[in-house]
Amino acid sequence: MRTALIVAALAVLLALPSVMKPYYVTLVLPALAYAIALLGFNLLFGYAGLLSFGHALFVAIGAYGAAVLSSRMGVKSFEVILLVSAAAAVSAAIPVALLAVRYVKIFFGILTLAFSMLFHSFLFKFYDLTGGDTGIRVLRPSLLGRDFASLDKTAFLVGPFYYYCVALLVVLGFLMWRLVHSPFGLHLVASRENRRKSEYLGVRVRFIRLIAFAISAFYGAVGGVILAINTGQADPELAYWTHSGELVFMTVLGGFASFMGPLVGAFTFVFLKSELMGATQYWRFWLGAILLAIVVLFPRGLVGLGQELWARARKQ
Amino acid sequence: MTAFFDILIGGVFHAAVLFLVAAGLQLVFGVQKIVNLACGSFYALGAYFGISAVNWAIAAGMPPALFLPVLVASGLVVGMIGPAIEVLLLTVYERDEAFQLLLTFALVLMFQDILRFFWGANPQQLGDLVMSYGKVAVGAVQVPTYNVLVIGASIAIAAGLGAFLKRTRFGRILRATAENREMALALGVNVRWIYASVFTLGTMLGTVGGALVVPTAAASLDMPVELVVEAFAVVVIGGLGSMRGALAGALIVGLMRAAAISWYAELEILSIYVVVIAVLVFRPAGLFGKPAE
Repeated sequence: MRTALIVAALAVLLALPSVMKPYYVTLVLPALAYAIALLGFNLLFGYAGLLSFGHALFVAIGAYGAAVLSSRMGVKSFEVILLVSAAAAVSAAIPVALLAVRYVKIFFGILTLAFSMLFHSFLFKFYDLTGGDTGIRVLRPSLLGRDFASLDKTAFLVGPFYYYCVALLVVLGFLMWRLVHSPFGLHLVASRENRRKSEYLGVRVRFIRLIAFAISAFYGAVGGVILAINTGQADPELAYWTHSGELVFMTVLGGFASFMGPLVGAFTFVFLKSELMGATQYWRFWLGAILLAIVVLFPRGLVGLGQELWARARKQ
Repeated sequence: MTAFFDILIGGVFHAAVLFLVAAGLQLVFGVQKIVNLACGSFYALGAYFGISAVNWAIAAGMPPALFLPVLVASGLVVGMIGPAIEVLLLTVYERDEAFQLLLTFALVLMFQDILRFFWGANPQQLGDLVMSYGKVAVGAVQVPTYNVLVIGASIAIAAGLGAFLKRTRFGRILRATAENREMALALGVNVRWIYASVFTLGTMLGTVGGALVVPTAAASLDMPVELVVEAFAVVVIGGLGSMRGALAGALIVGLMRAAAISWYAELEILSIYVVVIAVLVFRPAGLFGKPAE
C-alpha cells in the first residue's frame, strides 16, 4: 500500500513538467525544497521530540551560502554549492546544538529561536556584508558540470533543475528513511519517550541529539539552497522566526507522527499559500484559521486523517 | 552626560512598556504553562485601538490633554477579548507544548490580517499629542513629560501587580494554582475561572502597553512579530514565570537597546540575543527563575 502510494507520487512528480504550466511547476520547486528541509526538521521534532522554533536558521544559511558562493565567489557548480552550504550549516549547528541539547521542551524552542534571530539581525543590519534587507542575488548554477546556456531561466528551473531536485528528494528521503529505522533512530525515539530509562539502557542521549541536530541542519541547508536558486535571491526574512513557525506549521499540517507527513505538509502548504494569496489579501488570516483547525481538530495532520479514513473504509 | 541621560530615559521608557507585555507573558506562562506568541499581537491591537479611541474621543469633543486616560481605558476595553481567546486555549492545556505554541502562532497570523482589515496596511500615528504635556528636565536633558508619566504608570502597575499577587486572596489562590494545579482543583479552586481571568489580565497588560506606547511611536503591522522576540528575550533573561525577572529583564533589554542605538546601531538587536544566549548558557533558569527539571 505504502510502496504503491510512493511510486504513484513519484510518477506524478516526474510527469508534472510535461503536463502542467511552468508557473505551477515553479511552485513545486519550493515544495521540494521544503520537503527536504522538513525531512531533517522532523528527525528532531517527530523522532527526537525536540521542537526547534528556529530551524529557519539553517534554511537561511543554505540560501546565503548559495548566494555568496554563486554571486560573490563565482562558484558555478551546484554540487559544490550544496556541499559547502550544507557543511557551513552543520558547522554552525554543532555549537548551537552543544548548548541546545541541554534543554528540552520550551527552552529548546526558545534557544533555537534566539540563535536564528541572532543570524537574522546580523543579515539585516550588516548591510555591507549581507546586502541588508534586499539580500544577495543567487545566480544560476551548473548541474553536473553542464550549464544549460541554451535554456532561459524558467526553462532551466522547470527542466533540468526540477528533475535534479526530485532526485535529491528521493535520495535524501531514502537516506532519512534508513536513518530513522536504524538503531540510531530507535535511540532517538527511546530518548524521547523516556529519557532516564533510555540512559540506563546505554543510550547517549545528548550525543545522539547533537548528531540529529547536525543532520537536520544539513537537510535544512539543502532545502535553503534549492529555495534560493528558485527565487534567485537570499533575503533575511528566511531567517526570521515566523519562517521557522511556517516550518512547524507544514510539519503539523502533514502530520509529524508519520515519516511522510512533513512531505505531504510541504506540498499542501506551498499550494495552499499560493492559492490563498491569489484569492485574497487576507491570506494570513485563513492560513491561521487552518492551522487553528488542525491543532484543535486534527492533531495528527493530513496523513493521520487519511489513515483514519482508510481504516474506517476498510472496516465497512 | 547628555548622552548618558538620553540612554537612561530612552531605555527606561522602552523597558516600562516591555515590562507590561512581558508581565502578561509571565503571568500566563506561570499559571497556564503556555508561552503565548500572540502577546505581541495584543500589544499591536492595543496600539491601533488606542489611536482610534483617542481620535473618536477628540472628535466627540474631548480636550486633547485627556488622551492619557483614554488610552488606558481603551487598552482595558480591548483587553476584554481575553476570555474569547482563552476558550480556544482550552483545547491544548493538556497537550504537548508544540501544539500550544502553534495555536498561539495561528493567532499571530490571524491577528496580522485582522489588524490589516480594520486599520489598513499603512502605519498609523497619533499626531504630536505627546507634546501637549510639555517637557520636564531630567538631569541634563529635556524629556517629554508623557514618557515620564508612562514610566511612572508602569512602576505603579508593577507595584500593584506585586501587591495583588502577594497580598490578596485571589492572588494567593492564583499562585497556588500555578504551583500545583491538581491540588488546587482538589481543594475546590475554580481553575476554569482562574485561567480565564489570568489570561484576560495578561491580555490587558499587553493591550495597555501597546496603547501607552502609541503616542511616541507609529503602530504598524510589523509591531506584533517584532515585539514578541523582545518580550521573549525579557522573559528568558529574567526567568520564565518570574515577575521580578520580567522587571529586571525589561530593564536590561530596554537599556541595552537604547545604548546600542546611540553607540552602534548595527548591534541593536544582536546585543540582546547575545545576552539571551549568555544567560541560557550560564544561568539556564534566568536571573530570577526556578531551575527546570
